[in-house]
Amino acid sequence: MILLTRKAEFSSAHFYWNDAWSDEENRRVFGKCANRNGHGHNYTLEVTVAGEVDPVSGFVVDLKQLKEILEREVVSVYDHRHLNLEVPEFAKAIPTTENIAIAIWQRLEDKIPNAKLHRVRVYEIPDLFADYYGER
Amino acid sequence: MKAHLSRRYHFSASHRLNSEVYDAERNREVFGKCNNPHGHGHNYTVQITVSGEVDPETGMVCNLAELDAFAQVNLMDRFDHTNLNMLDCFRESVSTTENLTMEIYRSFRGFTAAHLERVHVEETSNNSFDYADDKGNDFGLG
Repeated sequence: MILLTRKAEFSSAHFYWNDAWSDEENRRVFGKCANRNGHGHNYTLEVTVAGEVDPVSGFVVDLKQLKEILEREVVSVYDHRHLNLEVPEFAKAIPTTENIAIAIWQRLEDKIPNAKLHRVRVYEIPDLFADYYGER
Repeated sequence: MKAHLSRRYHFSASHRLNSEVYDAERNREVFGKCNNPHGHGHNYTVQITVSGEVDPETGMVCNLAELDAFAQVNLMDRFDHTNLNMLDCFRESVSTTENLTMEIYRSFRGFTAAHLERVHVEETSNNSFDYADDKGNDFGLG
């Protein structure tokens, strides 16, 4: 088995807010991330798949195909969008880096042909990232 | 759902690799230029990985502000712009990045808002060290 990682980038706006809490509580917990006009990041996504190397092609998965899947399932939905307002999974879940990693896993889980999704890593900034391995 | 969260911190410090057990010649032989008498310095990058259930109320493994506050006291205030050899933790051990990584791991065991998975320390862009959550890494902390 070998692991293969493909990167993609998207730029999105978001804010952190829990509707069940008071304004004061939201600001206390989320700080400047709770500003209701939102802010944005250049996100880097790393998707790692695990599989056997095909003896004929030498591929785990066709990289071009993987790139197209990331583009179709994630980048076209997230890029240059407001995550809270325009991406359905964040209508209720707060678009933290953790929840973005989980949501991307759920978008990709059954979409990778001939390989198993191993890890979704989402960088919000180079010094902060979340990893999700599909653990429930 | 369980996720991993990693945060990177940067500090600068000096050190000198020198073992009390060796004589001067042996120290030079083992540690090379790292044994130069007046020390040298690095820009260290420390990557802390914690894990836990994502809280449905906050969407977070732990509040980053709490992790940053802990790191400010236990990492930055402690190591940034210091001479590592002068610190209590290196009084009896060599200030290699292996030992530094383990010391940082030991200190982040005190962060209780999430489970400490791994400490990764980059001494230069070519050298990095990891200490992970394995059995026996409890440093007597239980």
